[in-house]
Formats: sequence, C-alpha cells, structure tokens
Amino acid sequence: MSTQAIPAPDLSTRRAPGLGGFNLMVLKLEIRRLLRNRRTVIFAVISPVIFFLAFGLNSAYASERAGHGNVAAFVMVSMALYGAVLATTSGGAMVSIERAAGWSRQLRLTPLSPAAYITIKMLGALVLGGISVIAVFAAGIISHKPQMPVYLWIVSGLCVWIGSLIFTAFGLFLGYLLPTENVMQFLGIGIAILAFAGGLFTPLNQFPHLFRTIAQFTPLYGLNQLVHTPQLGGNVHLAWAANAIIWLVILAAGAVWRFRKDTARV
Amino acid sequence: MTVTNVGNGRGTGQDGTAQPLAVGLRGIHKSFGSVEAVRGIDLDIASGEIVAFLGPNGAGKTSTIDIILGLSRPTAGEVSVFGMTPRQAISRGLVSAVMQTGGLLKDLTVAETAQYTASLFAHSMPVPEVLKRAGIDGIADRRVGKCSGGEQQRLRFAMALLSDPELLILDEPTTGMDVEGRRGFWGAIRQDAAMGRTVLFATHYLEEADAYADRIILIRHGEIVADGTSSEVKALAAGRTVRATLAGADEAVLRAIPGADNVEVRGDTVLIHATDSDAVARYLLTSTPARDLEINTRGLEDAFIALTSDDSARNSNNAGGSR
Repeated sequence: MSTQAIPAPDLSTRRAPGLGGFNLMVLKLEIRRLLRNRRTVIFAVISPVIFFLAFGLNSAYASERAGHGNVAAFVMVSMALYGAVLATTSGGAMVSIERAAGWSRQLRLTPLSPAAYITIKMLGALVLGGISVIAVFAAGIISHKPQMPVYLWIVSGLCVWIGSLIFTAFGLFLGYLLPTENVMQFLGIGIAILAFAGGLFTPLNQFPHLFRTIAQFTPLYGLNQLVHTPQLGGNVHLAWAANAIIWLVILAAGAVWRFRKDTARV
Repeated sequence: MTVTNVGNGRGTGQDGTAQPLAVGLRGIHKSFGSVEAVRGIDLDIASGEIVAFLGPNGAGKTSTIDIILGLSRPTAGEVSVFGMTPRQAISRGLVSAVMQTGGLLKDLTVAETAQYTASLFAHSMPVPEVLKRAGIDGIADRRVGKCSGGEQQRLRFAMALLSDPELLILDEPTTGMDVEGRRGFWGAIRQDAAMGRTVLFATHYLEEADAYADRIILIRHGEIVADGTSSEVKALAAGRTVRATLAGADEAVLRAIPGADNVEVRGDTVLIHATDSDAVARYLLTSTPARDLEINTRGLEDAFIALTSDDSARNSNNAGGSR
C-alpha cells in the first residue's frame, strides 16, 4: 500500500499568521480593486467634483462670507463629505459582491480572521474616501473660488475624511443585508436622499419646518454640521455629536448582526 | 443500514506511530431543519491516502466536506483534522480545498488572486511556481472574469496549493469541464499527489473514483455504505439481485436481512440487491412465503447505481450523473 512509503508530515513547523492574516499585499490589492471599479470611481470621485463645480461656483453667492471663509468653501466641504461618504459606503458594500461571488466563503478557507477582513475593508474605504476629498479640494484650488485660511482646509478635510468612516459601517451593513450585485445602485440613491436630508446639497433652513425637524434625525445631519464647524466657528452642539455617535452605533450594530448571521448560515 | 467495510484495516493510521490522522470523524450528523444530510459518519483517513467520496448528488458528500473544512458545524459528533479543529488546521495552512464553483473575484487577475491568497498564510509557496504547476502561468495577467471554466478551476487548484497543504480536498472538481479539461486537471492532481499529499475528493463519476483514488468511500443518504479499494468496491457493487414473488412484502423487514443492501417492492414482486445473495434467498425461502425465486448477476454500472442512488430516482439516474 502506498501509504507506507510516505514519511509522516511534519506538523510542528506549521504556524498561523500574525494579525489574523492582515497584511499590506491584501490591502494593496483591495485598493486596486476599488479603483478598478469604474462605477465606484465615477460615483465617489467624479460626481462630487461635478456637483461642486455646478453648485459651488455660482457667482450669485460663491464669494459671500460664511464663517472664516466663503460660501464656495462651504459647498466644497459639503461635496467632499458627500464623495467621502459614497466612497466609504461603497467600500463597505463590496462585501455584498464578494458574498455573491462566494469569495467570503473562499476566505474562510484561509487564516484571514473576520476582524482582519473588516479592518482591511475599512482601510480600503478610507483610502478611496481620501481620494474623493482630495479630488474635490483640488477642484476647489483650481477654480480659485473657495476662500478660507489654509489650516481650515486641512482641518475640514481631515474632519470629513475621518468622519466618513462612520459610513463604512453603513456599507458593511448593506453589504451583508443585500446579497446582490445591485447594492451599488441602491446605495447611490440612498446616499443622495440622506445627503439632501443632511443639508449637504441645500441649506436646511430653506425647507419647511416639518422636513427640518425630521432631517435632524437622519444619519448625515450630525456629521455635516460637525465638519462645517471649523469653518463656521461656534460651539459643537451636543445634538450633532449625539446624532453622529448614535448612528455609528446603530450602523455598526447592524453590520455586526448581519455579519454574525452570515457566518452562522452554513 | 449496515456499513459494508470491505477494507482491510485501512484508516487506522500507520501502526506504531503517534502520527495524527489526516481526518477523523466520529458519529457525524448534520441536519438542515428537518432534513438529515449526514446521518452518522465515522471515518479515518491516514496521511498519504487518496480517497474518493463517491455518491450521487445529495448523498451528503458536500455536507461532510464542509464539516471537515470547518465551513459548517456538525449537529452532533466530533471532527479532527491532523488532531486539531478544522479552523486550527486551516489557519496553519494544513488543509485547503478546491470548491465546485464560485470563490473567485472577477476583477482581479489570475496572478493577483494567487498573491492575495498566498499573502494570508504564514508560509506559502512562490506564486509563479504554483501557477506553473497548475498550468496557468501563461494567463497570469488575465482578469479572472475573462477566464474559461477550466482555467478558473485550475486557478482554484493553484490557490489550494499555495499553502502547501498536507490535505487537499476537492469537491466535485471537474463539474462543468469537458473531457479534455478533466483529463488535464486530474493529470495535475495526480502529479501533485505523488509527492505525498493526502487527497480527498468528492465525485459522482464512477470512472473518476476508479482511476484516481486508492480508496473509495461510497456514500448514500448521508451514510457510508461501502469503504474499500476500487476493486473491492467494484466487486461489492457487482453483487446479485434476488427476485421473488411475495405478497404484502414489508420493505423495512426485507432491508433488515443481513447482506441485503437495496430493496425494491413492485406490487407482489420484490427485488433485493445483495452482496450475499445466498443469505437473502435462504431467508426468503425459509422465513417468508416468497416463491418464484430468481438470482441474477447485474452489470457493474447498473449495480453501482443501485448501490449509491436514491431508490426512487434510480430510473432517471445514470452513473455519469444527470447534471
């Protein structure tokens, strides 16, 4: 019998990788995948730039004062937030495509831990979000319209970038909820509605009272107020921070819940 | 159901060594709601064996493999892989698998997919070498979405080799491949297995199990019905059919006859496939009012189907599968 001739395998040399399998090669390939997805790039990088050019440069109001800067700078920050949120949501929602393709299952045959996988998804989403912010700010610089002190460009940009991470949880939640390749279309419409309600496209004081009241409870409202605070000055309202934190908790809990369901399914 | 173990003490590990078994299953059951996919499987696979799970679709092959891989948890029973839990064995790169379908990202290239997978393990073989061994080094820069089914399957094979696993599991690996693709794929597997890897593959192709395994485990209805070398199982499958006229036959009672492994009742006629047809005939003639008794030897193919397929679905099935 052939089994007699074969030496016993040496199992003692076998180790599990550190950090649950997290490594830079995977991060690099994940970012490459995000940038290869033309729809995601158009959504998250090109569309906010176009919106900024369309709404932010209107000479009727662009040069009016707004806090420590002008209205063009205000619109630029809003559009950067819109793009960054689309980017991080898309990055998270890619798990939907991976589940549909059986890739998530394939990864379960490797040492990659769920925590490492989620970390990679978040970091990849952050990189794409950073690209959106830079793209909108670059359009701002080239147009010469937005005016605000240099430190406020940096602070506002960082607030947008870090804050958008909340929406990675939203993307992961959607990605684990909807096992379909169409999740991206759903997400585009969803984020557009939330952006309206959050006051990213039009100041909320132009809407009726009822709409304004409801809007204050939507997930982009608090974040939008917070990222504009450096430019506008004034205190951070507790309600804004509460809005952002509560939505982060809700979305992260939803993502964890769906993730658990997903891995327990088989 | 009796397990027909025609093997000769195989699967008990190599004598005199403390080497853990590649796979050890004890009383494995798996239910999905009210459906019992696996109904009590005990199995030992020693290092270096090439084992085929042979059985029709829905026999419980994939459910059993998922349990060995830790993709699903058994409802009852214990599973060990090289003496560890499946998850521990996988995180050490000791076990890998080639699944039937899916498990690939269309937007990565062949080489990127392999790099991605390799980077996750503490130890991995060089990507170019593995791609070459799987015969896809020529399409390394092609997007996975543009690869043919056969090329994708070779990529899955390459991904499974990257961690240099001690145990390679293949679940219906040639589904959807043409004859040429199947031959090439098995050529690569065989070459690889010659280097001492333990290989477990599921198939519903009799000829695949016959040609590539040195141990065949027949599975039906979530149970092992036979376990032995190819020739032993073939001899078993080529048993005889006892046909008799017996009014009001009780199928359950007939199934319980020692040596009977498939029973079919058509009105007053009973057909019993048996390895020990003498015992069945003796029972029918002495303990029942059966008459007009005939004993026939069946062809191998026919007998194999009787041994592995669902009784009721037998007529619509064939050994090549109906997919």
